[in-house]
Amino acid sequence: MPSAEVFSWLRTRFMPHIWCPGCGHGIIMHALIRALVGLKKDKTQTVVASGIGCSSRMAGYIDACTLHSTHGRSLAFATGIKLHKPSLTVVDVMGDGDCSAIGGNHFIHACRRNIDITAIIMNNNIYGMTGGQASPTTPAGAWASTTPYGAIDPPFDICRLAEGAGASYVARTTIANPKQAETFIMNGIKKKGFAVIEVVTHCHTQFGRKNDRRLPLDNYNYFKAVSVPLTKAKTMTPEELAGKLVCGEFVNKDVPEYTEQYDKVIEKAQRR
Amino acid sequence: MAKKFKVGVNSAWCKGCSLCMGVCPKSVLEMSDRMKSTPVRENDCIGCRQCENICPDLAITIKGGEDDA
Repeated sequence: MPSAEVFSWLRTRFMPHIWCPGCGHGIIMHALIRALVGLKKDKTQTVVASGIGCSSRMAGYIDACTLHSTHGRSLAFATGIKLHKPSLTVVDVMGDGDCSAIGGNHFIHACRRNIDITAIIMNNNIYGMTGGQASPTTPAGAWASTTPYGAIDPPFDICRLAEGAGASYVARTTIANPKQAETFIMNGIKKKGFAVIEVVTHCHTQFGRKNDRRLPLDNYNYFKAVSVPLTKAKTMTPEELAGKLVCGEFVNKDVPEYTEQYDKVIEKAQRR
Repeated sequence: MAKKFKVGVNSAWCKGCSLCMGVCPKSVLEMSDRMKSTPVRENDCIGCRQCENICPDLAITIKGGEDDA
């Protein structure tokens, strides 16, 4: 990918960014920009919405039409934008807490409604910005600042949550595979309907140092070791899959899209 | 004739996280004494662009790939 095009999508005056050295959010931002460049999107016709958290700083660095909204409610703002102008490409970048805890309600209903938004969820298992508190995706047994004896509650599986709520495209990958992340984000943007791409990333500053993954490279190697492709996972027993991360496209189906349905309602109402 | 690649590291953006050094199959990059990634064995680069894709700071750019006869 020609890097000059990637740089044209960056607000270089804000670089270097605020994220910690080695933070996976930068890798995801690069993948998202490569996907947007690969799809030949127009900056003036692309909206990147975000909520609050480390992940949500991303909207500030991408030179498109961006919106930094309230905590967890970015999907509500994005839905409003998409409904007003369905021709826009709307990408919503969220963290795991933003998506599944504070904005969990908005998330499941955006999935159910199947509006044409691409949601990129950066799952780093923790609330990184506020001091490493346990989030709904903190694995059971993991250490966080609010679980000094290890988390006891079972975590959310964001992909299964989205699948159950009715999203038309659900995929998961890790930051150890940036090329796959780029492909999934591309497929998600191309998909007419609600697309959920969960990118498992790390917070070595808050989560890794308590869980024996202190360096960015430790996390990279960990993700390489535990990720299992979906086709291989189908042949494995649940015991073998314990502690593994299944990566791949879980759902890719065609269901009626919300803005199209809404336009039909407008047409019907005006005919009378 | 092997293809030649130019490994550019923007040291103003590099934070020295060492991810690029870990992913490079040819050990092209090394940490400088100012804690920045530096291409010390640029001739060994095979242009796989793993470092470019993994760099969280978007500091690495691989150029080239044309045959330099």
